Amino acid sequence: MSTPVDLPRMDRRKAIQWMLSTAATVAARDTGLHAAESTTTAPPLAKGYGPDPSMVKVYQPGDVWPLTLSEPQRRAAHALCDVIIPADASSPSASSVGVPDFIDEWISSPYPAQATDRRIVLEGLKWIDDEASRRFKKVFAELTDEQQTAICDDLCHPAKTKPEHKAAAAFFKRYRDLTAGGYYTTAEGMKAIGYVGNVASATFDGPPLEALKHVGLA
Amino acid sequence: MPVITSNTLKDTYDVIIVGSGAGGGQTAYTLTMEGVKVLMLEAGRSFDPATEVAMFQLPSHAPLRGVSTPDKQYGFHDCSINSGWNIPGEPYTNASPEPEHQFRWWRQRMMGGRTNHWGRISLRNGPYDFKPRTRFGAGFDWPIGYEDVAPYYDKVEMLVGVFGTNEGLENSPDSSPGVLQPAPKLRVGELYAQKHGQKVGAKIVPIHRAVLTKPQDADTLPAKLHPKNAKAQRILAEHMRMRAPCFWATDCHRGCAIRANYDSQTVHLRPALATENLDILPNAMAREVTIDKQGKATGVTFIDKTNGQERHAAGRVVVLAASSQESVRLLLNSKSALFPHGLANSSGKVGKYITDSVSSSVGAHIPAFENMPVHNEDGAGGPHAYVPWTLHDQNRNGELGFPGGYHLEFTTGRQMPSLTVVNGIDRLAGDGGVLYGKRLKEDARRFYGCNLGFGAQGTMLPNDGTYCELDPTLKDQWGIPVLRFHWKWTDFDLNQVRHQQKFITELLQAAGGKVSPKTEADIFKTMKPGGSVIHEVGGAIMGEDRETSVTNQWSQTWDVKNLFLADGAPFASTADKNPTLTIMALAWRMADHLMDELKKGNL
Ligand SMILES: Cc1cc2nc3c(=O)[nH]c(=O)nc-3n(C[C@H](O)[C@H](O)[C@H](O)COP(=O)(O)OP(=O)(O)OC[C@H]3O[C@@H](n4cnc5c(N)ncnc54)[C@H](O)[C@@H]3O)c2cc1C
Ligand code: SF4
Repeated sequence: MSTPVDLPRMDRRKAIQWMLSTAATVAARDTGLHAAESTTTAPPLAKGYGPDPSMVKVYQPGDVWPLTLSEPQRRAAHALCDVIIPADASSPSASSVGVPDFIDEWISSPYPAQATDRRIVLEGLKWIDDEASRRFKKVFAELTDEQQTAICDDLCHPAKTKPEHKAAAAFFKRYRDLTAGGYYTTAEGMKAIGYVGNVASATFDGPPLEALKHVGLA
Repeated sequence: MPVITSNTLKDTYDVIIVGSGAGGGQTAYTLTMEGVKVLMLEAGRSFDPATEVAMFQLPSHAPLRGVSTPDKQYGFHDCSINSGWNIPGEPYTNASPEPEHQFRWWRQRMMGGRTNHWGRISLRNGPYDFKPRTRFGAGFDWPIGYEDVAPYYDKVEMLVGVFGTNEGLENSPDSSPGVLQPAPKLRVGELYAQKHGQKVGAKIVPIHRAVLTKPQDADTLPAKLHPKNAKAQRILAEHMRMRAPCFWATDCHRGCAIRANYDSQTVHLRPALATENLDILPNAMAREVTIDKQGKATGVTFIDKTNGQERHAAGRVVVLAASSQESVRLLLNSKSALFPHGLANSSGKVGKYITDSVSSSVGAHIPAFENMPVHNEDGAGGPHAYVPWTLHDQNRNGELGFPGGYHLEFTTGRQMPSLTVVNGIDRLAGDGGVLYGKRLKEDARRFYGCNLGFGAQGTMLPNDGTYCELDPTLKDQWGIPVLRFHWKWTDFDLNQVRHQQKFITELLQAAGGKVSPKTEADIFKTMKPGGSVIHEVGGAIMGEDRETSVTNQWSQTWDVKNLFLADGAPFASTADKNPTLTIMALAWRMADHLMDELKKGNL
């Protein structure tokens, strides 16, 4: 909410300078500072992976820069991810494949493009817990599925959204996009959407007959 | 890979090449296979595709799901390091603040240059592309024609391995029999467009890409490429056998550890090193070409980036292959009493006539693809088909309002999902809401892979308003003056983009897609800004005479006879074809001429 809000409008060169100077002054984050900050929306003072990272390494959220969500924020993040992508008979839920960690990594990123999302997500998670308490006297993560859905339904229709829910609806849309994107870029999510590539094979045989029939080519 | 440091530089070399990309790689290959002693200076670090590329990693294995950041500007797993539109410490400027006059400059600072992550689309320029003035009364004719380059196209295609078919198309030449590798089968989207595109006259054929679809013929190709040179044949055969054919998975932009596709190291530099005639010095940023009193090049001054020291490498011949605009920058920065306005610039043409592809794109959702039976469409890590330019009659009759033409490249298929895979899903679902829950999962599966889109890449003839010069004040982190760009689109270019938008829209509509073309008022927003197709060439164009051009037909500068260019700088214009295959063919042809002249004692 304070100064960093206009970071994305910063020109590239300035943004890079900002990143480099931040990286130089704050090499590693002090954990006390980290805890104190996690309730604010100020930009994380962390380092990026630089222009020459190891590309073959398998990274986990938190490997390159520290994560910031506090425990209550994490619980809300987790619950909301699973309302957006619940488990079903054939595929797992968003939280079970680590999407909340990805969202935490995203909003903790030192890069300018994620700064706006940081504010939206942190304010949104706070709002959704506040709203849950107002309506149901419990935080969002402790609500029943029906209660969680009732809140989300108020946010998921821009045309029908009440004026006082405008900011929360924008949060919901952005959070949905991050959750879905985070989910479908995992192995399990890929399977759920119907992507079956990324496996080496001796031949490429072109489309199967059922696919050709499906589009009237056979 | 064996490389040297500035402390182990030899006293002198036959030839110094600046840059290790497509042009530098081809030149080093051609020269060293014939016994010439070569030093290659490369500004980036050594890089090993066999161990450093991430072929099978998922986006979830990368920070931020692999999205692009200021550190990795094409995404985390993309095979480009220390590279980008903006490189810290290495700025460039634009003379005008207006968006339509901007030039964007992608630079790659690593061994192999941009060949590590290029698209591998390898189309030949056709006869018309070399003679735009004769044909259209605009631009400049190249001093060479298609027939001069054709044998070199064959050679490069045999060496690097290019798949595709011969279709007998006007101005999109066939390769000689036996040169091309077999084309892969087309995917659903490509076949579907092929069928429905006929309604609007779109011809859809297999594309040509530098990807092996079967093992190279190591028993016969080396003898064709190096007749009467047993050592070269042996080395090449060995290296051809080390390359595996494509295994039909992974994204070629990430690089190819199995050597199935072309990059400069795998195909050019490794055999060149095996001849023991090549020294490669990485982390060497060339600053200036030095000359003697007679105006002959004597070598190259460079910054050793490992310690910031300036050093000099001496050679009998200098070849610049630092990428077209970086070579121009080197020429402009090489000032002397003989050449106060930059080396080889007595014509005043160094920096002039830069071109890029004229480009725009349109995409659509194809309802017929919804709920497609699940199947693997990875294929050869990029498009298998394209739409060549066929409206030559309309061109001839002057009906189009622009010279040349454009080809269309596909975006289609059930590609590996990225963070934006559900973008637009709410609109497709249709009730204006934000989908979530069970319905989101169902619709994501239903709509996945239903995109069909085309990007056009077209002819750009040179104009006087598009050029670069040294920025009067700004220097990079080593104190080397940087480039300032001027960019101007002509009415030809704008007319072409209007045509692209209309034609792609009709094509997508013929395939059942709902599209509204971008509006004319937004023409500058519709087209890709100058440089952003990363096909920038020109700046030291070849021509018939020394007053109007920088080099002769051999990419040899008119002013300095032992100074050559091996990248896109000598291109007299941009065809609708992607430039790299032509860069390699011209580099091979240049290197043959260079050796002839060396032998004759002319250099
Ligand atoms: C994403 C992408 C997709 C592309 N797809 C295609 C495609 O499908 N088909 C196609 O034809 N083309 C494509 N291209 C373009 C293609 O990559 C270039 O045309 C080609 O690489 C140019 O070769 P080059 O040798 O001139 O320059 P580069 O490959 O850029 O190599 C130049 C080298 O010189 C080095 N260098 C620069 N300055 C100095 C200096 N002062 N001293 C020492 N070394 C220096 C650089 O570090 C670099 O390694 C694509 C490019 C990109 C980025
Ligand atoms: S698709 Fe084939 S050529 Fe491309 S990177 Fe993968 S294996 Fe290599």
